[in-house]
Amino acid sequence: MKFKAEINVMPHKALLDPQGKAISKSMTNIGLPEITGVRMGKHIHLEVEAESEEAAKAKVEEACQKLLTNQITEYYEFTLAQAELEA
Amino acid sequence: MKIGVVVFPGSNCDKDMIYVLSNILKHEVVELWHKNTDLQDVDLVVLPGGFSYGDYLRSGAIARFSPIMEKVIAFANEGGYLLGICNGFQVLCESGLLPGALLHNPSHNFACKNVYLKPHSNQNLITRDLDKNKAFKIPVAHGEGRYFIEEDQRATLAENGQILFQYCNASAKVNEEANFNGSVENIAGVCNAQKNVYGMMPHPERAADENLGNVDGRTLLESLLKGVEASLVK
Repeated sequence: MKFKAEINVMPHKALLDPQGKAISKSMTNIGLPEITGVRMGKHIHLEVEAESEEAAKAKVEEACQKLLTNQITEYYEFTLAQAELEA
Repeated sequence: MKIGVVVFPGSNCDKDMIYVLSNILKHEVVELWHKNTDLQDVDLVVLPGGFSYGDYLRSGAIARFSPIMEKVIAFANEGGYLLGICNGFQVLCESGLLPGALLHNPSHNFACKNVYLKPHSNQNLITRDLDKNKAFKIPVAHGEGRYFIEEDQRATLAENGQILFQYCNASAKVNEEANFNGSVENIAGVCNAQKNVYGMMPHPERAADENLGNVDGRTLLESLLKGVEASLVK
């Protein structure tokens, strides 16, 4: 079975995020000073072939921990769904 | 001594490093292409600066899984000596061979300038012979050099003599003003607890040729190479 995962990778809340900070400041420049607290991460889509949802979840976890995130500086969360069969 | 300089796609300080190690410091140097898996019996492996694999995902994250790195990690785990400069330091942190991680500079600028470094202790091979009260002028060139390590590991790092250098001013004073990239405790470089893996953001190889008017970097490299050579003789 094929599954699709959507992963969000974010900098740890305690860490300074210079990109998010720069974007926050720019909100004032576009006339939206009400918007603050921008933090920027990564959004990753991937497909995984596995026998069950449980097995797919384990593979995605492994990918997140080994390669997709650096757990010293980032955390992640993901959603997983079975890919729709092509007609 | 035989030294291997790893070349990843996107490395751009490899030639400078090879020039300094071979032409100035007179060692035998071989290039180690990222797809190779033979370390050619080198005594020291150097991971140079650059933008390996375009710095995609995170700096050093993809290089860490290249074929040569599997051998480099095994070499280090057996006590082999490694030195990572700039992107090489990022690769070593991503590999878990060095503690901590390197984040975007808070200014979000690419910092390309001369900075000053103060040896933190004399408890490792690179700082062993250096004057602890001297400010060494060494260039930096990075956008992601903000050294971060979790709070509970910071004291151990200092006690073990694993902090190589701290950013300081021209008078060797370590202060907030000199900490241009916001690193934890002004840290510019660290080594592992076993003292065989070394990483630093500044580029000593760019301050090693007399023609460039600054040889402070040569002093640093000589100190490390002398230490490695002495340990090989044992």
